[in-house]
Amino acid sequence: MSIKVRQEEIIEEFGLLDGDLEMSINYLIELGDQLAPFPVNNKIDDFIVKGCQSKVWLFAQEEDQRVIFHADSNTVVTKGLVSLLVRVLSGHRAEEILNEDIYFPDKIGMGRFIGSQRSNGFSAMIKQMKLYALAINIKDKK
Amino acid sequence: MTLTLKDQLDLTAIRKQFHVLDQSVNGNPLIYFDNAATTQKPLAVISEISRYYTEDNANIHRGIHTLAERATAAYENTRKSIAQFINANESEEIIFTKGTTDSINLVAHSLGGSLLKPGDEVLISCMEHHSNIVPWQLICEKTKAVLKIIPINDQGELIFEEFLNLLSDRTKIVSMVHISNTLGTINPVKEVIAAAHKWGAKVLIDGAQATPHNKIDVKSLNCDFYAFSGHKMYGPTGVGVLYGKRSLLEAIPPYQGGGEMIKEVSFTQTTYNEIPFKFEAGTPNIAGVTGLNKAIEFVQSIGLDQISHHENKLLLRATTQLSEIEGFQPMGTASEKASVISFNVEGVHPFDLGVLLDAKGIAIRTGHHCTQPLMDRFIVEGTARASFAIYNTFEEVDQFVSVLSSLIKKLR
Ligand SMILES: Cc1ncc(COP(=O)(O)O)c(C=O)c1O
Repeated sequence: MSIKVRQEEIIEEFGLLDGDLEMSINYLIELGDQLAPFPVNNKIDDFIVKGCQSKVWLFAQEEDQRVIFHADSNTVVTKGLVSLLVRVLSGHRAEEILNEDIYFPDKIGMGRFIGSQRSNGFSAMIKQMKLYALAINIKDKK
Repeated sequence: MTLTLKDQLDLTAIRKQFHVLDQSVNGNPLIYFDNAATTQKPLAVISEISRYYTEDNANIHRGIHTLAERATAAYENTRKSIAQFINANESEEIIFTKGTTDSINLVAHSLGGSLLKPGDEVLISCMEHHSNIVPWQLICEKTKAVLKIIPINDQGELIFEEFLNLLSDRTKIVSMVHISNTLGTINPVKEVIAAAHKWGAKVLIDGAQATPHNKIDVKSLNCDFYAFSGHKMYGPTGVGVLYGKRSLLEAIPPYQGGGEMIKEVSFTQTTYNEIPFKFEAGTPNIAGVTGLNKAIEFVQSIGLDQISHHENKLLLRATTQLSEIEGFQPMGTASEKASVISFNVEGVHPFDLGVLLDAKGIAIRTGHHCTQPLMDRFIVEGTARASFAIYNTFEEVDQFVSVLSSLIKKLR
């Protein structure tokens, strides 16, 4: 499934919630719950993406020329948020991750239900994921 | 004088003055428990700002026309009200600023800058707001003075003996919060001031959280400076107060230069205006100041005794009910405490609580509350904080605790 299709999937799912804040957040928390367990050994400061009030751990591995992301957070809401990104970006080629536009946050009205400060944190996560992809891409080309 | 405090305030009438409270947020009636950050404004304050711009707007002090006279009168009348409100000797001792932060920066710059020599010491407590830390760090860096921290105990109270031990003839300034915005602790500032004065130190009290709840008497406290913000006591944002003793205000240099604060300007020599104008450079927030007068009238119409009586009952009810929640970890359990509850719940991040409470229309604050060193002291990343004001009700407290309990069950 392409990055675009996965984004469309998320837009559709959140569309069903009809903009209800509480249901959206609860759904987000459920999605975060389903995130694959984060390797304990990697829960180190090097993998922290600075958010506003919560911590996010994020790292990437390359398997069969695909970038696999692992993420975790100390808050369930943020974990849900980062799980959306993992779902959209994990398992793709580095080049695809670098070139694809991430447009689903606007479409699901993310800013409205997570607030502007947390949107900043969210942008930082996207940036970090693209940086991982960039590093892997450069390594592959060598 | 004996005061009889009504057990049942006319909260309906009070709430009618706060239209903002009468709304739904995310499908639920708004419960506003973020009053330590800023309080809502009564109609009288909002209409005064609008009235001022509609009827009186002019620049103050220099104009000779009627509108300028009216605007000046409105502005200066507020100064008089504030002097009475905090029992200052005279209204010249009241300086209008942008807020507590601005007031503290003024004192750090003008008093600190002229008084501090290398090796001198400034004392602050471990529970200060960043506004009462960073200005002192800046001036200490500049003057090579040393910033010392008075420790607190596990209840979140000042350790008074440690404070006494820190005092010496090197102590030039003590700057301390009256009521902690994070812990709710009411500090024994009168005793602090007396002890500091014995060593000849000057004392600034950060009253940002105190003026909305307690009667302040700067004369009886005998503080040298007292700082507070309009917006935390039902007044507008962008306007605050610095009280200072006349002798000190006259002795220290101005903070900012510009119009209003001068007597005569030439390129070779400039003489400064008298206090308070010496410290009010540029056109001030005239509308905000006149609005602040209405906020003071509002507070006085209810009475600070009545206000703190009501808020203490809210605090007691909330504390009692919250304590029944398994894993409830309050931060700040001082015996003298204002209506602020900071807490963590075992196994739940305060941020998640904040987001989910908001979805239920309940506004609280989560994070470090601009007191990061205090978070380090208690070894927590942050807390959830509910803070109450005169318009809050028992029903709101009950609803808050009940929603919170069910959220915690879900999150665990
Ligand atoms: C204790 C304390 N001091 C200082 C401040 C700063 O006040 P302001 O932002 O109005 O300047 C606050 C506001 O949060 C406070 O609670």
